[in-house]
Amino acid sequence: MRLECPPNVKVIRVPCSGRVESFHLLKAFESGVDGVFVAGCLEGECHFLIGNLQAKRRVNYVKGVLKAIGINPERLQMYNLSAAMGSRFAEICWEMTEKVKRLGPNPVKTGRGKEV
Amino acid sequence: MVVGEQKPLEEILEMIEPYDRLILAGCKGCVAVCAAGGEREVRFLASAIKTARKAQGREIEIREVTLERQCDPEYVEQIRPFVGQYQAILSLACGVGVQFMAEHYRQIPALPGLNTTFVGGAERQGVWVERCQCCGQCVLHLTGGICPITRCSKSLLNGPCGGSSNGRCEIDPEVPCGWQLILDRLKELGQLERYLEIIPPKDWSLSRDGGPRKVQREDLMR
Repeated sequence: MRLECPPNVKVIRVPCSGRVESFHLLKAFESGVDGVFVAGCLEGECHFLIGNLQAKRRVNYVKGVLKAIGINPERLQMYNLSAAMGSRFAEICWEMTEKVKRLGPNPVKTGRGKEV
Repeated sequence: MVVGEQKPLEEILEMIEPYDRLILAGCKGCVAVCAAGGEREVRFLASAIKTARKAQGREIEIREVTLERQCDPEYVEQIRPFVGQYQAILSLACGVGVQFMAEHYRQIPALPGLNTTFVGGAERQGVWVERCQCCGQCVLHLTGGICPITRCSKSLLNGPCGGSSNGRCEIDPEVPCGWQLILDRLKELGQLERYLEIIPPKDWSLSRDGGPRKVQREDLMR
């Protein structure tokens, strides 16, 4: 398809979005990442039945944690799309990049205090 | 198991506000099983605290340890070699663990990272329920294996009160009436005649009314 993706998006491959633990998401923010999105399969289409639903719960949990520690929970998002939706994937990458640009750098890097 | 729940992060952050070098101590016992204070929770909380502090521009050093149990002196002693390098211990054990830490390391404060909630079990994954109030004088053999002290909101010993309707307790329609459960169970067991036996008042001095309790086993003592 040769779709254009923003170069700042780093893809981390996992066998299923259900493999993503809350700790992985939080660790990303601790290490200074500006935003994270989990791309799971469409709801109801998980090969392992509930992997993407578990991922969604974990994303929501970590959003709560981020809010509590003063990081804008908008920096973390869950999306559902199938492996056949390449153009949607590129679109999400742009969408997230724009969103994170608006929010500015992760406060972990600037030490500027709570954003929320 | 002793079931605990992590305190809200805001409260933990406030508690550790004065400190920049901290021991974050988990426990591999009950609180690890109920996903409140085991190795994973230590790792997660340490990351959350460090992230919060970095965002404030004031970094914190956290020594992560997870002890076999915090309710036994030999395990609590394991942190002694390095405890002097830190300003406080944030314990993710139940209230017992926090107190053992405080008793063993008198020079620095021991802080609770959990609210110790009850003695219970896992109803299903991610859901824990209370089953025992440690009353010190078990009556489960009389009540079909269902605890009237815990399951009845009033801890009644001889049948339900007037607040029992359609098998539910008046405190909350989600809560089953403990005595309805006991009655149904006695029926199942063919022991309904037990329901007619009056259970005499319990000796509450064996419960919390008698002050802090102690169990001693002469055969095991050294």
